[in-house]
Amino acid sequence: MHRRLVIGYSVTAAALAACPFLLGPYWLDVLNNVGLYVLLALSLNLILGDAGLFNMGHAAFYAVGAYTAAILNTRLQIPILWLLPASGLVAAVFAIAVARPVVHLRGDYLLIVTIGLGEIVRIALVNDVFGLTGGANGIFGISRPSVLGHRIRRPDEFFWLIWACVAATAFLFHRLEQSRFGRALTYLREDTVAAEGSGIPTARYRLLAFGLGAAWAGMTGTLYAAKMTIISPESFGFWESVVLFLMVILGGAGSIPGVAVGAALVVGLPELFRGFANARMLVFGLVMMVMMVVRPQGLLPFRTPRYKASDLKAAFGSEGAGEPAAPGAPGSGIAP
Amino acid sequence: MDQLLEQLTNGLAVGSIYALIALGYTMVYGVLKLINFAHGDLFTYGAYLGLTLLTSLLAHDRMGLGLRLLLLAVMVMGLVAVIGVVVERAAYRPLRDSPRLSAVVSALGASIFLQNALMLLYGARYQVYPDVLPQNAVRLGDLSIPVVRIAVVAVSVVMMTVLYLFVQKTRIGTAIRAAAIDQGAARLMGIDVNKVVVLVFVIGPALGGAAGLLVGLYYGQIGFTMGWTYGMKAFTAAILGGIGNIPGAMVGGLLLGVIEALGAAYLSVAWKDALAFAVLILILIVRPSGLLGERVAEKV
Repeated sequence: MHRRLVIGYSVTAAALAACPFLLGPYWLDVLNNVGLYVLLALSLNLILGDAGLFNMGHAAFYAVGAYTAAILNTRLQIPILWLLPASGLVAAVFAIAVARPVVHLRGDYLLIVTIGLGEIVRIALVNDVFGLTGGANGIFGISRPSVLGHRIRRPDEFFWLIWACVAATAFLFHRLEQSRFGRALTYLREDTVAAEGSGIPTARYRLLAFGLGAAWAGMTGTLYAAKMTIISPESFGFWESVVLFLMVILGGAGSIPGVAVGAALVVGLPELFRGFANARMLVFGLVMMVMMVVRPQGLLPFRTPRYKASDLKAAFGSEGAGEPAAPGAPGSGIAP
Repeated sequence: MDQLLEQLTNGLAVGSIYALIALGYTMVYGVLKLINFAHGDLFTYGAYLGLTLLTSLLAHDRMGLGLRLLLLAVMVMGLVAVIGVVVERAAYRPLRDSPRLSAVVSALGASIFLQNALMLLYGARYQVYPDVLPQNAVRLGDLSIPVVRIAVVAVSVVMMTVLYLFVQKTRIGTAIRAAAIDQGAARLMGIDVNKVVVLVFVIGPALGGAAGLLVGLYYGQIGFTMGWTYGMKAFTAAILGGIGNIPGAMVGGLLLGVIEALGAAYLSVAWKDALAFAVLILILIVRPSGLLGERVAEKV
């Protein structure tokens, strides 16, 4: 499995690296959008896939990040890429603050609450809250990013920036998955009571997942603001949250390659079928219903991590190797 | 004072429509523990089917207006109920024993499908109902209340009362309540739970369709995405009253309508929609069982 994953990533990376030399600006721009959505879907995957929290208001965190970057950039002229940490931090603080009172709610109640939060944020942006967000027109005149003195303007330049971020994110999130934090999330998703019983502070981990996912969405918002130079509330509506939700579910909740594939399909396929523009949402709805019957675990489902006896020996020393029921320590994977 | 009363009656009219839709959410949730995301779209179907049938019924002027409207309501409710049953068969029944998330996604898929099918059939533009209802108003002192507004409230209240009596007093109603409390035990008592589910998917969509028709007749303008806004508001109403609780949905709907109308009048029109969501979040934090709900432990 691990070997196949490495091969898959290498092939994808090689194919993507060839794209700027083969494709025109239009398709590169499509790929840039795919990249942004992969980032967003991976950030939502931390909350929805790893922690199992039904968040259908993820666009709100994306919006908070994008608006933070846009406001600081246009008012204080801070270079946009320097604002990545700031927008991530603001989005994370916002997410933890709003999730704190509701994070204990059961599955679909949380879903409804997060839909409500997303809508409230959108309405607040439209109503020009604090006189900062520019109302329905949004904010324009956001400056282009520059890397090492080189100003990024064209789609092929953005391509490298965005996909470098995707690569870094995928790497970091794979590491996170293996970490104490990631394993704790998997555990509490599979069985909250057992996780709590094993000494995992579930409420704190859930909030952390919210914060981290929101931080990543906020940083992606910064990239989006830098790419578009104009942002307006309509880019952060309910529909955006639904699409992100679907990318995670259809791709395979909890699985990083799955979510990336889900994002690529959901953004990319409609571009390929532009001819049937009107009917494609119809098909989309149908696919959702059929998928849930045929393959509810997603296209590339999350695989339970398996550890070899030698790994355990290395981790626990020789005396612990025989004893633990090692394979698949955290539960049995996402599929029932 | 006049403005207050004006907004109050306005809120009651909108609220009674929310209540009608909320009944569909609450009954499905009561029996299946599932949020029927497609319910808002069934409401929209009611409005559109009503428009189509109304245009053809208007040609038959041998019947009186009241009779034609009654016929229209029966036809719309019947057709939307059929759609509701089909949705249950296609999107929910195959997932009855699946994890929650699958059912939620399937429900969303059904909603997207229905909404876009409607757009393909009727086009994306707003549709306008013909003016068929009398425009006169009842005067109460300085206050004048349009007859239509009173009729909307009256029709909703009658339907809700009938439903309440049906669920409380008849054998079939008892079966619905039993299935909502414990499906397994209900089955052991000889209740065909599948039939109950189908019945719930007949009653809920029929009421939702009626609400759609009322919105068309009352406001005159309908759009294919309106099911989302009304659906969310109605769901809020269901939670507000205590989900799974039929009188709760009625109280919640009326209350939410009044809160919204007063909020729009005295606070800010622009924040009207946010107000409903704020109510939703607050009630879930403070009292997740809703105003009339009792079983707190099950909800959180």
